[in-house]
Amino acid sequence: MQSQATYNYKVVRQFAVMTVIWGIVGMLVGVIIAAQLVWPELNVHEYLSYGRLRPLHTNAVIFAFGGCALFATSFYVVQRTCHTTLFAPGLATFIFWAWQLVIVLAAVSLPLGFTSGKEYAELEWPIDLLITVIWVAYAIVFFGTIGTRKTPHIYVANWFYGAFIIAVALLHIVNSAAIPVFSEGLLTPKSYSAYSGVQDAMIQWWYGHNAVGFFLTAAFLGMMYYFVPKQAGRPVYSYRLSVVHFWALIFTYMWAGPHHLHYTALPDWTQSIGMLFSLILLAPSWGGMINGIMTLSGAWHKLRDDPILKFLITSLSFYGMSTFEGPMMSIKTVNALSHYTDWTVGHVHSGALGWVGMVSIGSMYYLIPRLFGKSEMYSTKLINVHFWLATLGTVLYIAALWISGVMQGLMWRATNADGTLTYAFVESVKASYPFWTIRVIGGTLYLAGMFLMAYNMFKTIASGKAVDNAPVLAPAGAH
Amino acid sequence: MDLKVTGDLVGFWNLFVIVVAVLSIVGCAVFLWIQDSAKHAAGQVTGHVWDENLEEYSNPLPNWWRWMFYITVAFGLVYLALYPGLGSNPGVFGWSMRGQYEAEMKAAEATYGPKFNQFLAQDVMTVAANPEAREMGDRLFQTYCAQCHGSDAGGAPSFPNLKDGDWLWGGTPERIKETIAAGRTGIMTPKGTKPDMDAEQVRDVVHYVRSLSGLSADSVRVQRGQELYPQACAACHGADGKGMTAAGYPNLTDKVWLYGSREDKMIEIVTKGVQNHMPPYGEFLGAAKVHLLTAYVWGLGGGEKPAAPVAPVAAVPAAQN
Repeated sequence: MQSQATYNYKVVRQFAVMTVIWGIVGMLVGVIIAAQLVWPELNVHEYLSYGRLRPLHTNAVIFAFGGCALFATSFYVVQRTCHTTLFAPGLATFIFWAWQLVIVLAAVSLPLGFTSGKEYAELEWPIDLLITVIWVAYAIVFFGTIGTRKTPHIYVANWFYGAFIIAVALLHIVNSAAIPVFSEGLLTPKSYSAYSGVQDAMIQWWYGHNAVGFFLTAAFLGMMYYFVPKQAGRPVYSYRLSVVHFWALIFTYMWAGPHHLHYTALPDWTQSIGMLFSLILLAPSWGGMINGIMTLSGAWHKLRDDPILKFLITSLSFYGMSTFEGPMMSIKTVNALSHYTDWTVGHVHSGALGWVGMVSIGSMYYLIPRLFGKSEMYSTKLINVHFWLATLGTVLYIAALWISGVMQGLMWRATNADGTLTYAFVESVKASYPFWTIRVIGGTLYLAGMFLMAYNMFKTIASGKAVDNAPVLAPAGAH
Repeated sequence: MDLKVTGDLVGFWNLFVIVVAVLSIVGCAVFLWIQDSAKHAAGQVTGHVWDENLEEYSNPLPNWWRWMFYITVAFGLVYLALYPGLGSNPGVFGWSMRGQYEAEMKAAEATYGPKFNQFLAQDVMTVAANPEAREMGDRLFQTYCAQCHGSDAGGAPSFPNLKDGDWLWGGTPERIKETIAAGRTGIMTPKGTKPDMDAEQVRDVVHYVRSLSGLSADSVRVQRGQELYPQACAACHGADGKGMTAAGYPNLTDKVWLYGSREDKMIEIVTKGVQNHMPPYGEFLGAAKVHLLTAYVWGLGGGEKPAAPVAPVAAVPAAQN
């Protein structure tokens, strides 16, 4: 019986295809709102106005694109590294369809104006409840698979996926706690946060920063720990480093949220603690970058002609850069300049486009052919073109917003000899236009790369055949 | 302003914060030290294999990385000794964001205060004639007023034009200063003082009002509206339609229309009434800046001469900071 067991690739395939599709949708909305900042007349209707579309963009790229990429890879990785098939496959099917429903509900409710007003947690309470159910199912499938593994040890990628699943459950439930209002019926959901004042703000940014820490960092490190050594064909650089940086990362991230609330009603001591743990977070964050990049040591030549490896290693470079920038921006005096400016938006996108986007794209290029019975994608050349479009797009985006961000911060604090402000606010807006235009160009390049990816994917699928009979491998010799 | 900010933590919770914070930071270093002293064999794999070929080297922690980690922990402990962070302990430097704010505001007042205060002794018209004061006034205007009234003070729908000589609340120095310092709230009740008007009657009265300033109007409606006007509008806008600046009632006979002169807009306003608000700036900006802004606005071209002999400078409360 054991030898006939097969890996459950169906749910992995479904999520992998939707990763590309939702990636295009989410990034298209991003390009639209970037264009709306340059050409405000593009706000053609209230449903399509900047304020409605911006949360749709963030939710779509984080939870639809990023979420599908994480479901696809975690379900693939946990089966392969546990040498067993997926636990509770029925639940896995449910997770796929229910997650797509959440995405569609978000895409409808956010433009209609339903929002809880909490950044990255805007979805109203009925959708929040559905997410909670999905997440419980996710934990059962993932940890059930870990529990039925055939290997004595749990591979490092699964530590990160596991931490992500537990932490996101905690973050989602605590931050989304709200009192529903039923006065207008179930079809017009409305709720008020269970917290108030500065405590509400603190819980929101405890959530917000750990959404970055666990959803966009820890989970994607899990992805990195499987696909980088696989694609490089090399062992992970240091087991000890992975142990230290894993525990240090998940412990210190939990403290860093207050750096989003510097110089606010939050007490001084809370701000200081948030800043210090953000600085201490630098080494644990970089541990993942070192382990990933150094895995390639001795095989650097592979970077020359393997565009998938280029995606993966470049993603780690952007990861290292933004996890250095983040602690610097958490220092109070730096934050006094950077806060509320485009610098913050640029910082987020060096992580989002450079790290999360590129590591997901690279992993998908590894994964998709294997799920459809091919040894590689339809066109390696197109992957290479995609790589340069994505890299150029990211660099244009973040460089433009560095400049506009620092410029805004300096303009806002400039004073005349009599102490009055040198610039009216609107002058800083006017000065930002050229950089916002460059941002639109960078984002468009990145989006164009995603269209190439979709073409490449459908060509690969068309010439391949869905693999549903990959036998579960027996673990290599016992230790 | 004697609010305690960092001092809010007392007793058990204060101790709790201190102990947990210190243990967590020190704990990072202890964990690193313990893990670092575990056995390793550089260049050798650990012996675990997953999914055919996934292996791990038993390499030690990179030296520079280990020390970077220790340094951030040490920095954290030193910072906590110097700055607020350990519960209600203010730290050796006694710094707080509130203290920094107050010190900066005090320093700014000492440096810049005299530059503004020098004009307080002069009357508004004299200040308005002073080029340096006009420049300072313009800079204040661009920071505090331009968002609504426009950077050229030309206004926008529902935000008055400040340079056309038409004043809702009066254009003498005293009235302008009062408007800036104390703010204004203008209210028009729905259907004026004749709430039983039906839609046709509202339209009639609107046509009459349009005729007062030469806007296009239907002569039959103008005639019917004229009969309604005394009962519906005259109490505020006056029998002649010239309004009353003492109470902010607009003149209906001039060409200035705050919400536009379209017929449908005027019908909407008469039907639903309207409220408009200028926020008070006296407490926020202080007497000297309000004085400069008054002179600047007065000098934009529409300022009116004081009715009486020049009044003494109106008392405006000093800024809170």
